[in-house]
This record gives sequence, structure tokens and C-alpha cells, in this order.
Amino acid sequence: MDPLLISITVTVLAGFVGFEVITKVPPTLHTPLMSGSNAISGITIIGALVVAGRYGGTAGVVLGFLAVAFAMINVVGGFMVTDRMLEMFKSKERP
Amino acid sequence: MNEGGGLIGPVLAGYLYLIAAVLFIVGLKRLQSPKTARRGNQIGALGMLLAIVVTLIHYEILNPWVIVAGIVVGGGVGLWLAKTVEMTAMPQLVAAFNGFGGAASALVAAAEYIENSGSASFDLRAAITVALTVLVGGVTFSGSFVAYAKLQGLVPGRPFGYPGQKVGDSILVLVILGLLVWLIVGGSSLVLWLLLALSLVLGIVRVIPIGGADMPVVISFLNAFSGIAAMLAGFVIQENALIISGALVGASGMILTNIMVKAMNRTLAHVLFAAFGGDGGGGPAGEEQPVKSATAEDVAITLGYANSVIVVPGYGLAVAQAQHTLRELADLLEERGVDVRYAIHPVAGRMPGHMNVLLAEADVPYDKLFDLDEINGDFPHTDVALVVGANDVVNPSARDDPSSPIYGMPILDVDKAKTAIVIKRSLSPGFAGIDNPLFYKDNTLMFFSDAKRGLSSIAAAVKEL
Repeated sequence: MDPLLISITVTVLAGFVGFEVITKVPPTLHTPLMSGSNAISGITIIGALVVAGRYGGTAGVVLGFLAVAFAMINVVGGFMVTDRMLEMFKSKERP
Repeated sequence: MNEGGGLIGPVLAGYLYLIAAVLFIVGLKRLQSPKTARRGNQIGALGMLLAIVVTLIHYEILNPWVIVAGIVVGGGVGLWLAKTVEMTAMPQLVAAFNGFGGAASALVAAAEYIENSGSASFDLRAAITVALTVLVGGVTFSGSFVAYAKLQGLVPGRPFGYPGQKVGDSILVLVILGLLVWLIVGGSSLVLWLLLALSLVLGIVRVIPIGGADMPVVISFLNAFSGIAAMLAGFVIQENALIISGALVGASGMILTNIMVKAMNRTLAHVLFAAFGGDGGGGPAGEEQPVKSATAEDVAITLGYANSVIVVPGYGLAVAQAQHTLRELADLLEERGVDVRYAIHPVAGRMPGHMNVLLAEADVPYDKLFDLDEINGDFPHTDVALVVGANDVVNPSARDDPSSPIYGMPILDVDKAKTAIVIKRSLSPGFAGIDNPLFYKDNTLMFFSDAKRGLSSIAAAVKEL
């Protein structure tokens, strides 16, 4: 199968999965949902690691470094701040 | 995915990436309840760790120090931001994270182009995806940082346009489209840099005119964009894990955008292409009408002898840092046997769900928070609706007056409660600059005060009852 067709197939199916999963998230968790899904979009870290590791030219090194650093801010910051928020959500049963 | 030079082969790496993507989906699914949400986020983080480790051992790493430096610097900055941010500043932080994610995707595509465009493996598909990733990533980056600056108060939050904006924007978009095509059919790294630069300009000029009141929509939309940028970067390096995760985030951002747009009675096109909100043009002169002004003691008696109270918090509550004082007042009322619940309008904060986080921080249990659809039917048989720092979301003209600019926007029906108490500094119109007939109703008591001082004086008076 053509690689582009595979990629587009994956995109469409993942989009539907995302829609099904996300519509069921209650409004009370929409901020953690946004920061958490934002951390997941930091998956671009994979691409950043690949280009930072693969290319030895000046442009490759500089762009690779920046890409890894930016993606890491997104990943680490996103998951940590989401955890910090979710830790605060308590039900009334627990005093 | 190609040229696996490390310890594990491409097939095994592919399966491990798939597991990482499944962990993301399982993690997001657990966000469907506050009970399981924290574990869900940790599962997502585990998936990310797996993806990073697989990448590091699968791909041949020529210059490990670049990677180590990037991980240490980026991880350190991310950790510091996450640990130090105030909960009221969460919208800015999420905007900034969106921006960094978009920038990373754009840089991945740029590096791929500069280092690889001469080689045989760089085909038309690669050229198209690189060009699109640079465009979407660039717009996400600059747009997010303009949103950040607006929310942080670094640039004025009010909407503004400039003469010839439509023409200027149209020319900009046409030039960008031209560069996009040029980069795909031939081009050079100069074209790439030009495309990146103009994408940044586009992000700035598109977000600058949007008013502060519309930022929840903008942040949600940019969230979707950061996902789409990651997805496109997945097309560039042909990696399904990026495509799946990016599509998930894209879907999530679009859903949240849609919810925000509906809650504000707007369309996405209207938010993005029309400057609106807070232009100061007050509605029908309200100063002439009499209001019932109350003292802290009046309010305390009304609340203290009620059976049921619904609190309607707005962003003014957070600005005054009065969440904890509100919680203390609610505790006092509950000790007296009053049933206290909270009604949260979707746009009560500065991003979707923001008010819920602010109240959670003040130890308000999440099962006392209700969204608009859940609680609106309860106002007619509620004794007191206590409005703190909210205005437009409780404006009955949105429901009753077809000539009002906010007509059709869903509101909380606090005017249907037996008594509505509004804590507000003055009668000045809210963010949208529209007068609020609620303030002049017979069953409305106005308590003119700063939210924090007002709530603590009411709490003191309740103790005296």
C-alpha cells in the first residue's frame, strides 16, 4: 500500500477514536484535558530526536537542539502541570 | 520510519510505538472521570517515556550531546514552568506550551528539508508535508505567543483592527500560498525560511485583533493546531505514533473549540475574523433605574436562612483571588444545614474548565460543581443564587431580548431563583460592554463590594447569626 495512503488512513481512524474518547470527558476536566492532550502533542519529540541525532550539519544541530528543547518543554511541562491540577480534584467523600 | 541503526529493529520499534499510542488513548479515556483522571495522565506520560526511549535506542544517534542538551534544557524549563505557575495563569501556560509544540514540529520539518531535500528519498510527498508542517507549526507558535501576551497583559487584551486589514491579510495569505507551492515544486532553503517567517507573521496578525473575551476559543483552536502540526510532522518522518497522537489532539482541540464557540453564541469564523468584545459601547443607560442595594448583614440573613443556595462564580472571583474566601463562606452555610452547590458556565474562566480548576484548588469538592445543562432547571426551586464576579453569563437579555448583541448565548437562569444576590464592585457593564437587566429586578439584591472583601464580611456576618 502507498505510504501516504497508509498515513491518511491512520489519521482518519485516529481522528474518530479521538472524537469518541474526548466527547465523553466532563466539562469539569476540560482544562486538564487540554493541558494533557497538549502534552501528548509533544510526541513531535520523536521527530525532534530523530533529526537532532541524524544530521551533523550546523543547521541540523541548531534546529535539532531547538526542536528537542521546545518539544521537551511541551512534554514535561504539560504532563507535570496536568498532574498538579488533577491532584487537586477531590470528591466530598474524602475529607 | 527508516534506517534503524540501533539496538532494536524497525519492526519491533514500530510495535513499541503502537503501544505508546495505545497508552495515550487509554490515558485520555481515563479523563472521563475525576476519580481516574490522575492515573490516566500518568499512563499518558508513561506512553511518552516509552516513545522517547524507543527512539533513542532505535535510531542511530550521531551527536548525542545535542540531544542530551535539548532534553536537559527543555525538561528543566518545562518542569520549572509547571511547578511555579499560578492556577489563574493556566490559560497563558497552555498557550505557551501549544506554541512550543508547534515550533518543535516546524523545526523538525525545517531540519528535514535543509539536510535531506537534495537526496533521492525526498519525494513530492515529503515536500508537501514539510511545507504544510512549517506553515501550521509557524502559525501555532506565533499565534500562541500573541495569545500568551494578551492573557498575561503584556499587550492590550481589547480587540483592535487596523485600516486595510482585510486586504493586507488577503495579500499575506496569497503570498504564503505562492511560497507553499514554490517550495513543493522546487524551491530552496531560502523559500523555506521565507515561508516560516510569513507563517509567523500570519499567526501574529490573525490573533492580535481578537479580543480577550474570545481567548478561550483561540486557545482551544491553537490546541487543535498544535495537534495537527504534530500529525503533519508524523507524515514528514513517516511515523504512525505522531500521526495517531496528533490526530487525537487535533480532534480534542476541535471539540473544545466547538463547545466554547457554542457557549459564547458565536461562530468560529466570527471569532477569528471579526474584532469583538469589550469595545466599551455601553447598552441602554442603566444609571436611571433603581437597584436594591444590600449590606453584608442583609446578605448573610438571606443566605443563612435559605435551604438551598447555588453559587455562580465568574472570572472576577479569580481576579480577586477570592476562591478560598468563597469556600469558607460555603462551609459556614453548610454547617447551618444550607445545601450549597456551584453552577459553572462553560466560559466562566479564561479557558474551558478553568473555573473548575480554580475551585478545586480552593478544596471545593468536584461533585458540588455542575455545568449549565445539569443545573439550569434547578434555579426556579432554589432559594438564593449568589453571583460572584460574573456578569454576561447571567444576563437575562441573552434569553429575552432579541435586540441584545448577546441574544442566544446560553445563560444561567439566576433571575429565576427566589432571590438573586450579586456581588459586584459597581454597575459597570461586563466584558462584552452590555448592560445587565438582572441588576434592576425586584428579586435581585446588589452587594457592592470587591469579591474578596465582600465575601469575608458576609462570612463574618453569618457567624453572628
